[in-house]
Amino acid sequence: MLKIQNIQTFYGNIQALKDVSIEIEEGEIVALIGANGAGKTTTLMSICGISPPRSGDILLDGDSIKGVAADKIVQKGIVQVPEGRRIFPDLTVQENLEMGAFLRKNKRLIQQDLNYVMTLFPILEKRRTQLGGTLSGGEQQMLAISRALMARPRVLLLDEPSLGLAPLIIKQIFEIIRKINKESNTTIFLVEQNANQALKLADRGYVMENGRITLVDSADKLLANDDVRKAYLGI
Amino acid sequence: MEYFLQLFFSGLTRGSIYALIALGYTMVYGIIQLINFAHGEIYMIGAFVALIVAGVCTIYGLSGVSILILAGVIAVIYACAYGYTLEKVAYRPLRGAPRLAPLISAIGMSIFLQNYVLLAQTSDFLPFPRLIPDFAFMEPVAHIIGSPELVILVTTVVTMILLTLLIKKTRVGKAMRATQQDMNMARLVGVNVDRIISMTFIIGSGLAAIGGVLVASYIGQVNFYIGFLAGVKAFTAAVLGGIGSIPGAVIGGLVLGWAESFAAGYISSAYEDVFTFGLLVLILTLRPAGILGKARKQKV
Ligand SMILES: Nc1ncnc2c1ncn2[C@@H]1O[C@H](COP(=O)(O)OP(=O)(O)OP(=O)(O)O)[C@@H](O)[C@H]1O
Ligand SMILES: [Mg+2]
Repeated sequence: MLKIQNIQTFYGNIQALKDVSIEIEEGEIVALIGANGAGKTTTLMSICGISPPRSGDILLDGDSIKGVAADKIVQKGIVQVPEGRRIFPDLTVQENLEMGAFLRKNKRLIQQDLNYVMTLFPILEKRRTQLGGTLSGGEQQMLAISRALMARPRVLLLDEPSLGLAPLIIKQIFEIIRKINKESNTTIFLVEQNANQALKLADRGYVMENGRITLVDSADKLLANDDVRKAYLGI
Repeated sequence: MEYFLQLFFSGLTRGSIYALIALGYTMVYGIIQLINFAHGEIYMIGAFVALIVAGVCTIYGLSGVSILILAGVIAVIYACAYGYTLEKVAYRPLRGAPRLAPLISAIGMSIFLQNYVLLAQTSDFLPFPRLIPDFAFMEPVAHIIGSPELVILVTTVVTMILLTLLIKKTRVGKAMRATQQDMNMARLVGVNVDRIISMTFIIGSGLAAIGGVLVASYIGQVNFYIGFLAGVKAFTAAVLGGIGSIPGAVIGGLVLGWAESFAAGYISSAYEDVFTFGLLVLILTLRPAGILGKARKQKV
């Protein structure tokens, strides 16, 4: 459903992505793992139109979305939970969620989804009128995922959702990601440094080094791969 | 006591006008971190449009308040169009350029608009009709606050309430706040940020035009240079209150208005500006980000 073909992305003169190709099928969970500075965030920002690639192509259902404005890409159903959560700090939890549904018109369905995310993360109900910036890291991550769900994504991109969170909360978040995938058949593209957890959740995985994809395989095979175990699993 | 109240209300009137113009500076700065130096010129253009409309209306025999409203509405529409065009022509092409570039462009637009009005109109002061009549019900308090002051205060208060509702309650307002807090994240939830920036310029310009019309009919004259002075004062108010902060602009405007009024009334009108800019230095020494300003967090 989402096809990234040989993209090259630059920041000024610095090339961050070199000939990156990734394919994601409908309903899949695909993980992208790699060290700091490998280019994982850049890959997601390229897909979303924030850092568009200089060459190559990105296809959604066969149609190119390269060079399409970021807000139009959201409209097409690709929604990102960015690195560092990026909650709007001076909007309330409720307003943050409403911003997630910014492009939708049907008030009844928005309300329905609001109730849905509050059952997914009951703590958000309690924090409803609190400013986003005052939430804890874990709560912010839950809010960030919920905000993305409010857009009813077809493809959900998650950038290091486990970063800086306690093991128990990480477990909870990964369970929710699985649930979102199973219950609404949402396609998931998951960027993680926490390779072990990510590969256990994913169907397939990509390994990125210095802006290039160096390995592609099923998640099970990557978990068993010696190089991956040494480099990313600390075994 | 009477003298004090008189100064209080004249300061409040001035201050509310400064606040109205300061809002335009602060809203634009909040979103794109640009000091729009041409903002004062929009104020001036608003006053000139109102002058022309008032002239035409007088020929058709309309009365004071109805001219004021009509001239105000048309001035606002014109100013909004100017603000929208200004952003599109002078700032949008420079988005992503080093920060100095749009700043220079802003100064250029300010000079351009001044000279455009200078050439199209005249360098002389033109008399502006006093469109605000003396209301009979203001008679008992006229020695403290006059009818023009009352009209200015009521108009600015109503305008600010409407602005607050727009920003707090509407979809566009929420998108404006989100864009101000994290522009790329706003894009990632589907906000067309270019449209929000245009909207900010349009709103700020409309507010400046309201200020321009009110002051012109209060003072009774206009020329091409009035935008510069009003702009400097309003910019000072915005910085004083904390640039980027909307309540800050209102507070900054009022503090500045009162400072000027009391300094002129109790010390000497010759020292009015010395006193106000002294106050600016003092407040910025104690609170570098302004009264309500937050030290800007580094974005990652
Ligand atoms: N805005 C930017 N300007 C210039 N260079 C950048 C910018 N953002 C990222 N880079 C560079 O691009 C490269 C890839 O960065 P990216 O953020 O995509 O890595 P990452 O894999 O997400 O790393 P991490 O795991 O630390 O989040 C790095 O060398 C980084 O320094
Ligand atoms: Mg990253």
